Amino acid sequence: MATDIIIHDKKDNVGVVVIEKITPKQDCSCWIMEDDSTVNIQSLDEIPLGHKIAMTDLNKGDTILKYGHDIGKVVKSTKKGEHVHVHNVKTKKW
Amino acid sequence: MEIPKSFLGYKRENGRAGTRNHVIILPVDDISNACAEAVANNIKGTIALPHSYGRLQFGADLELHFRTMIGTGCNPNVAAVIVIGIEPKWTKKIVDGIAKTGKPVEGFHIERTGDIGTTMKASKKAQEFVMWASEKQREECPLSDLWISVKCGESDTTSGLAANPTVGNLMDKLEPLGVHLCFGETSELTGAEKVCATRGATKEASEKFMNTWNNYNDFILKEATDDLSESQPTAGNIAGGLTTIEEKAFGNFQKIGNCKFIDVLEPAEEPTKGKGLYFMDTSSAAAECVTLQAAAGFNIHLFPTGQGNIVGNPIEPVVKLTANPLTVKGMGEHIDCDVSKILTREMNMSQAGDELIKTTLRVANGRLTCAEALGHKEFVMTKLYRSA
Repeated sequence: MATDIIIHDKKDNVGVVVIEKITPKQDCSCWIMEDDSTVNIQSLDEIPLGHKIAMTDLNKGDTILKYGHDIGKVVKSTKKGEHVHVHNVKTKKW
Repeated sequence: MEIPKSFLGYKRENGRAGTRNHVIILPVDDISNACAEAVANNIKGTIALPHSYGRLQFGADLELHFRTMIGTGCNPNVAAVIVIGIEPKWTKKIVDGIAKTGKPVEGFHIERTGDIGTTMKASKKAQEFVMWASEKQREECPLSDLWISVKCGESDTTSGLAANPTVGNLMDKLEPLGVHLCFGETSELTGAEKVCATRGATKEASEKFMNTWNNYNDFILKEATDDLSESQPTAGNIAGGLTTIEEKAFGNFQKIGNCKFIDVLEPAEEPTKGKGLYFMDTSSAAAECVTLQAAAGFNIHLFPTGQGNIVGNPIEPVVKLTANPLTVKGMGEHIDCDVSKILTREMNMSQAGDELIKTTLRVANGRLTCAEALGHKEFVMTKLYRSA
């Protein structure tokens, strides 16, 4: 099965869409770069190329991990499979 | 892949080697642009580098102006230089700085002569220089004569996933071969600054980096009216899926691979500690950053992009790469190296790094970059504060 989503690190709770877009209820194959493993997820939203999908349920205040590092905080609770972007995640810097 | 041990470059009087053979007409100040451009128009094969500053600057800002001007003239991609300023004193200071390389350089000032008389005198000298430079031949130079600077722009998540790690892979392969390497973008390491600091080769280098970043952050906190969410990440970054400055920073940071930086440079400062990776304190605006790196002596630039930044530089060829298939499809005329097959897993990172090394060497040997063919020659001085 072709790769729809790439995840940098096993610890990450988001993945990046690498096909033109994924559509709601699409069964997606996710490749984890760190250990070359594969997991599957069903999407809830339409998500375009380069945008992120929640790999787990995320609660307000949770930390988003990408590259295994802290890249910001959840400001609106988000379900596994939903689009993750500026509407539900914000920087911790400013 | 076996990496070639040499490239074809132009050997310069001071032992450096150039990937290009430009004769430049360098205005000292904004009001000398017209004269510099007139000379470049008269004498084919020369290039004028107009810019916006050079009057009534003082202190560290003036020092940076001189360092950028002199460094640009000293860059080994430049064969010879005509310097044109309004007044004799600053013009001479720049001429003297460039003359230390041993390359042909001559200065002209406009006061008491006017644009027309100066244009005539400078054009005669420019013709002599360009005809002399046109006989220079490319010769075999060791790979270690490459000084490679990097900076990414219009980044998106594909930059951090693939294009930036491709540059990192190239660095990991070329660093042991003795090349000089340089990354910058102080502001766009925000969020990854502590992890970046751990990549100093020495305790001093790490501390110098943290001081540099803290100075920048203090400046932002002092000047910012709200937060930086409107400019960092940019609208282009957000369209490409980047959500926060931290996410952008960790993507940016992939460009240095596993290398450690041996020193931290001031803007436009020439590295003096030998081969290896340097961090330079720069803005993250593409043209400003590349202009500073070129002024520090770097002779070829690698520029990974996501959404499609189109920047070029008049003296340092800028090689673009992207992993975003939509960018390749929509604006392929700007892309020198397509690594989008990483996303479909038809290409691994090492293969992508090899492709980029091949492209870099072709450009070093003389192949025009997309930015050169399209006429991009953005030369942008960094200004630290307003003039007196």
